[in-house]
Amino acid sequence: MWKWFHQLASPPHFYRISAILSPWLAVPGLLLIAYGTWQGLFVVPMDYQQGDAFRIIYVHVPSAYLSLMAYMIMATSGGIGLIWRIKLAHAVAAAAAPIGAAFTFLALCTGSIWGRPMWGTWWEWGDPRMMSELILLFLYFGYMALRSAIDDTTKADKASAVLALVGIVNVVIVHFSVEWWSSLHQGQTVFKKGTMDADMKAALFVMIIGFTLLFGSMLLRRIRTEVLYRERRTRWVREMILSPEGGA
Amino acid sequence: MTESVREIPGILAGLAATAKRDLLLAWKRPGDVLNPLFFFAMVCTLFPLAVGPSAEQLEFSGPGVIWVAALLATLLSLNSLFLSDFEDGSLDQLLVSPQPLPVLVIGKTLAHWLTAGLPLVFVSPILAITYRMPFSVIGVMMLTLTLGTISLSLLGSIGAALTVGLHRGTALLSLLILPLAMPIMILGANAVSLAAHNDIYSTGIWALGAYAIASLSLAPYATAAALRISNE
Repeated sequence: MWKWFHQLASPPHFYRISAILSPWLAVPGLLLIAYGTWQGLFVVPMDYQQGDAFRIIYVHVPSAYLSLMAYMIMATSGGIGLIWRIKLAHAVAAAAAPIGAAFTFLALCTGSIWGRPMWGTWWEWGDPRMMSELILLFLYFGYMALRSAIDDTTKADKASAVLALVGIVNVVIVHFSVEWWSSLHQGQTVFKKGTMDADMKAALFVMIIGFTLLFGSMLLRRIRTEVLYRERRTRWVREMILSPEGGA
Repeated sequence: MTESVREIPGILAGLAATAKRDLLLAWKRPGDVLNPLFFFAMVCTLFPLAVGPSAEQLEFSGPGVIWVAALLATLLSLNSLFLSDFEDGSLDQLLVSPQPLPVLVIGKTLAHWLTAGLPLVFVSPILAITYRMPFSVIGVMMLTLTLGTISLSLLGSIGAALTVGLHRGTALLSLLILPLAMPIMILGANAVSLAAHNDIYSTGIWALGAYAIASLSLAPYATAAALRISNE
């Protein structure tokens, strides 16, 4: 078990394994998303309160969940890279940031589109979840800006890992302070969630799994390019490119 | 031989020496201390000009405006926290010193708070009066600003350490620190607003105090790590 794990941390080995793994995540992920979309848009009954507008949760909830998970992955792998000096971990962190930012943006957009018919406004400053998500987006921007501002990759890796770890402590505080803040200013704007219909829940569950698998595959692809770029001066990369297959 | 076994001064001596040096430097360059204060007063002046001088509006938005201005003024002064030390090489001396780096960082942050945070606290009542804030509320505001600026100095020192020596330092520092500093401003400004409405505001004060203690115990380590990374 541990031997396998240690081997995975070696870039050439990871590069080979991830090439095999990536489609195995992407294909089931896309199938599940297709099934979930069909279920969510056509099969699942209308919500008695929100009508058809609720159907956007099939994109909104998975992306909101992935926006947080990507940050967790980014911060933990940054921490792993900082503590055990595993180079691959830093590549994971670098690859996770833009995907996480994209999902955060998607969650904000879908939330805003949902808010238009529900709350009568594109943007509701009083909603704590929207605020937390917006601050999360800014955290991603700061992280990526710091990374791109430092030319030396090793230094950029370490500095951004420190920032991500500081950020993860703060994300919790941000969440609670925003909750407190919004409780002062107005009542909950969000609908009280009743029990969800079993079909609705099942379709949502399918979408979450599908999105997660797709995210895994995207992350692997980004890590692969990141690894290739970082290892561009090593022998294994040169040998792989010069080999008759030209690299998988 | 006697040279190498020379006794190293205690931890508190190192902290005091670092703080004293920075305070002396600030005394020699009063502009560095005064400019953020002018900026603070200026932002507070801009607001009524932009939104209109009606009394109830100023009373309503006063706590928020003063807090935002204080946050921005602190950011402005943070950029120079390690910059001159980085440029003249004394930062390297801090890094190779036998003293624990987090303690020296506390010394530097203490000096920063005394020269950037505390003056804001003392200037804020003047601005608060112009915003028609009652005296009882001004006391609460000064308390929140005191606790808040301690946290801001500590949190900001992490950002300053991460960006020291980078070309686009100032804008980057704001981008890094503002989202992290948002809870401090939320707690502070809203506690003052609650006090202005004769509501219970202790939640905000306690939370700010907890934040200050937590950042005092955690931030120096992060700053020390960031300084070592930036100076590799």
